[in-house]
Amino acid sequence: MENGAPNIMKLMIVDDSNIIRRRIERSQQIARLQVVGAASNGREAVDLFRRTRPDVVTMDLTMPEMDGIECVGELVALNPNVLILVVSALADKATAVEAIEKGANGFLCKPFSDRQLNEALEELLSEA
Amino acid sequence: MLRETELRTFVDGTINYFETSVQQAATVGSPYLVTDGKPGAYEYTGVICISGARRGIVYFTAPRGMLTVLLMRMQETDSSDANIKDLVGEVANTISGNARRDFGKNFLISIPTVIAHEPEQVPAAHVRAYVIPINWRSHSAKLVVCLE
Repeated sequence: MENGAPNIMKLMIVDDSNIIRRRIERSQQIARLQVVGAASNGREAVDLFRRTRPDVVTMDLTMPEMDGIECVGELVALNPNVLILVVSALADKATAVEAIEKGANGFLCKPFSDRQLNEALEELLSEA
Repeated sequence: MLRETELRTFVDGTINYFETSVQQAATVGSPYLVTDGKPGAYEYTGVICISGARRGIVYFTAPRGMLTVLLMRMQETDSSDANIKDLVGEVANTISGNARRDFGKNFLISIPTVIAHEPEQVPAAHVRAYVIPINWRSHSAKLVVCLE
């Protein structure tokens, strides 16, 4: 913090569903997060990540082209300090563990409420 | 063949979807078995192919009116055909993905295929299909589960 103003952190949203991308953008209420872009698959996400250098990423797992688990690994290789919240319907524990082992920092299961999304993002940012 | 406890996973997933996504409970009727391969479909259907430990399909099918109101409840102002198709696929994907909590990681789900305006194109079930009737507000929809 400088002069009481929050440090703005850049957020990238990755999901193959347009309505989920829009919902995350609309529902996240954290003042210091600024959405810098959205991608609909892992390959697009890697390209967008290189261009926009986000600090925080929400990441779907089941996507065409490149899935979310592989994408998490690519993004962490580009910036080991990036904070990644996986937002996925895949509710088994093994998948969450795999995502965390690849470098994700948190896991939010779909479906989610606005409150659950914001709590998960707050918890993620507390690691920054 | 689907066991009763396995069917319960999909019933619970359906109830959870409505309660969490739009904070408005849906009523789920008694599941019933269809053996003629024609469980029926509404105007929009999101189909998930299942592979790995189990094989088959799961689909969520609903009329446009229901999907439009669901979008509105999510504060989504764009109820274009593209977004309606996106939603029906996302509901099918979410309920199927949640089922991995009970079925495990080897219950592999495809990305959704959406069939719109041509309900007769929804794939016929090759195995016995269980239909879970869903009532939400004044609307009716179905989740169809066909697993070997």
